[in-house]
Amino acid sequence: MDKEFQVGVKDGIPIALGYFAVSFSLGITMVSAGITAFQGAVMSVTNLTSAGQFAGVKVIAAGGTLLEMILTQFIINLRYSLMSLSLSQKLEPKMPLWKKLIIAFGNTDEIFAMAMNHQRSLTLRYMVGLQCLPILGWTAGTFLGAVACDLMPKNVSVAMNVMLYGMFIAIVLPVAKKSKPVLIVASVAVFLSSCFRFVPFLRVISEGISIIICTVLAAALGAILFPVTDEKNIPSEEGMKKVDETDKAAKEGGAGE
Amino acid sequence: MNIYLYILVMAVVTYLIRMLPLTLIKEKIENKFLQSFLYYIPYACLMAMTFPAVLFAAECIIAAVLGVAVAIFLALKGKGLVTVAVAASVTVFVVSLICNAAGLS
Repeated sequence: MDKEFQVGVKDGIPIALGYFAVSFSLGITMVSAGITAFQGAVMSVTNLTSAGQFAGVKVIAAGGTLLEMILTQFIINLRYSLMSLSLSQKLEPKMPLWKKLIIAFGNTDEIFAMAMNHQRSLTLRYMVGLQCLPILGWTAGTFLGAVACDLMPKNVSVAMNVMLYGMFIAIVLPVAKKSKPVLIVASVAVFLSSCFRFVPFLRVISEGISIIICTVLAAALGAILFPVTDEKNIPSEEGMKKVDETDKAAKEGGAGE
Repeated sequence: MNIYLYILVMAVVTYLIRMLPLTLIKEKIENKFLQSFLYYIPYACLMAMTFPAVLFAAECIIAAVLGVAVAIFLALKGKGLVTVAVAASVTVFVVSLICNAAGLS
């Protein structure tokens, strides 16, 4: 067996476990939006993004337009471009295009962070090893969550639907506690999104569009008021935190069994 | 509209965002506004999607509010993703049962 590939697979295990838990509740959310287990699995294996897919599910549930879908995905997933850019600096020298095309597919927050933490320059074998289990965990979790949702009583699935929101809260609040700018950006986003929900003439705007507007306004405000100073560390710092959480989640998940 | 069409559009947009910078762009992003903007996007987007939608995600609003309160409390204490999510979910489940029994929902 190839050493680089093996190391990658090993590095991917904690990420895969965390993904399984998150995508399980994503699967439940999908069923309540009228998406089947198979469609959900297809979406997960082709997209590999929690916030992007969650927003996408909302657009589908609301019967939004394709333009709305493109804009939603573009804005929410734009951060990956920054990660891909950092990643490109760490690839082995003179890597051919076809290898880059494969590596780009699975560049999620957690995989990016793990790859940037890798001691050597990145090879295709390491990256494929690193990505394979998380992709499997993400897809299988979505499928099983959706299947389980059909089998469980409605009050259980409704309660599990809330899990994904719980995870979003668990991602943002610890950072907001330490960083006032993040707290302000998050609060502004909540305020704006509440306006879209409760102010009568704003309620006509669909959920997908309102998420875009809230995200862009709050993030732009943050960028104007609190420009991030240590630009070199932005993606990896944030990514590392997420890997820590995934690690923790994986351990907790393992301990619970 | 066909769900697979939505999924295709999502996948293509997301892949292009990941692929183009990896293959085409050679230099780093120097623009401080753009860097900061991209840094804040996940936080803004996750919170905009969570609030106020989560308050209407359960059958009774009291259950949702208590579930959120539990999630916020545990998240601030630094508990992991899965712990927070499961605790919020269990809270919603138990309080919903009580709400139903009391005829509140």
